[in-house]
Amino acid sequence: MGATYLFRRLIRAVLTILAIITAVFALVRLVPGDPVDSILGDHAAPEEREALRARLKLDLPILEQYTTALGETFDGTLGRSFRTDRTVSSLIGEVIGATVRLGLAALALAWLLAVPLGILAARFRGQRIDRAASFVGVLGLAIPTIWLGPLLILGFGVQLRWAPLPGDGGDSLGALILPAITLGTALAASMMRQTRGALAAALGEPYALAARGRGLPERKIVRGSLRASARPVLTIAAAQIGALLSGTVVVEKIFERPGLGSLFLDAFFSRDIPVVQGCVLVIAVIYVLVNVALDVAYAVADPRVRVQAASA
Amino acid sequence: MTQRLALGFVVLFGLLAVFGPWLAPMDPTTIDLGAQFASPSAAHWLGTGDNGIDLWSAILHGARLAGLVALGVVGSSVLVGTVLGTLAGYLGGWLDDAISALADVLQAFPGIVLNVAILALVDQPGVLHVIVALSVPGWVLYARLARAEAMSLRDREFVQAAVALGATRMRVLRRHIVPNLLGPVFVQATTGVGGVILAEATLSFLGLGPSQGVSWGALLDQGSAVLLRFPHVALVSGSTIALTVLAFNLAGDGLTDRFDPRTR
Repeated sequence: MGATYLFRRLIRAVLTILAIITAVFALVRLVPGDPVDSILGDHAAPEEREALRARLKLDLPILEQYTTALGETFDGTLGRSFRTDRTVSSLIGEVIGATVRLGLAALALAWLLAVPLGILAARFRGQRIDRAASFVGVLGLAIPTIWLGPLLILGFGVQLRWAPLPGDGGDSLGALILPAITLGTALAASMMRQTRGALAAALGEPYALAARGRGLPERKIVRGSLRASARPVLTIAAAQIGALLSGTVVVEKIFERPGLGSLFLDAFFSRDIPVVQGCVLVIAVIYVLVNVALDVAYAVADPRVRVQAASA
Repeated sequence: MTQRLALGFVVLFGLLAVFGPWLAPMDPTTIDLGAQFASPSAAHWLGTGDNGIDLWSAILHGARLAGLVALGVVGSSVLVGTVLGTLAGYLGGWLDDAISALADVLQAFPGIVLNVAILALVDQPGVLHVIVALSVPGWVLYARLARAEAMSLRDREFVQAAVALGATRMRVLRRHIVPNLLGPVFVQATTGVGGVILAEATLSFLGLGPSQGVSWGALLDQGSAVLLRFPHVALVSGSTIALTVLAFNLAGDGLTDRFDPRTR
């Protein structure tokens, strides 16, 4: 039963990835205007334009363009950069480690803060700690990433000098802290709210009431209800992964860090279309894969999902 | 109370977006190199920024741009999303499958990434390009909402009665389905305005915003560059963005509480 579920989910992921490749391919051809114009400007010589057209493979029949694009995706090169003539995959390979480290640090921070605080707020709902947590949650969701970053630099970098300024600190762990907080705050806030909500609902269920009636200590009831409330928390985590990935673009700019987002922006400004497309593809595929992993995690955490999926 | 305050701020933002540029004491493109990054004073209420531009005037002009982009993106997203979502939900079948598949693919791209990819393909992004780039993924949210509402309305008695009385599909959609799903859609749109203002500011912050006009996000970007010496530029523009977005979110929550019986 579990295997069928996993298999189906993987098939759907593969189909989505194919659709993403097609969409990235279609984007260049669907957006009105000629990409050649936007790269070279209006004053390019006709020969130059033809040469670029050939490099972009825009001179081939559309079907052949598509098969070339698929080929370049599956042989792992993702095409070649205009500027450096290196393969897009090697450019991405160089920087993706930094982005993954940043993302994982933000995620770890969000989990470590959000889940315990959410559990405390649900356990003592209506009390002072709950109100404090709810206030922090609203604040964390409301503050824009582009604003939180400069504020943190100003506070902890300039005034208190606790953390290195952007560009200093290199690859050290200290240089990762402020970027991770900037990136993880919104995620932490929404996960905290979701944890509190789901657990508070579970603690009002008849089984919790029954356990309470038998005199079980509240601590044990909370522990028993955690698993039942895992699913909504994971759902919100999944919904936030996209924001996390978008956030890396912003955070890497604010803190002058190398990474997928910086590569993406640089490629944008130099109109290096293959690199832009490669980054879009990699980011979208990461997003899909993370979602698959989370779906599998639901099934593990909550047996009801497996049963539903098998009977559907 | 907070929601009243938020609603007041939303109204103020609307007024400033319309009248702001006329209220501005100076042209925010006037260069005064002698007064670069000056602190707030009587001459410049919020101080000056890069090239000595008056920040208060720049904020007022930025409100116009933010309002324009928000109006364009939310307007077109609500229109396209409501039409497609309603058709998908009410008619179902292959049309529903096609629209839902398109929505799924668009949602597989994390927000900003798709916007940037679209803007990469135009030479000098203008306001219209930014609106298009934000609307391409923007309609999906409203389509999902309209689809769910249309599906649940389809089985309600008054709709069944209209169908039984021989009303055409078009009439049922126009008279019974659409008017009943517009409420939740408009409530969502209020929160949506905040999201679009933030998205425009973020794009401009990254240097991808409209090449003409003054944007709050671009001001914050300039402010971040001189954060260590002249923090007031970033503080002014950043808190303007944060407060505006917060106000729209709270106003949206307020409208949900008032008009959505399920949350009561």
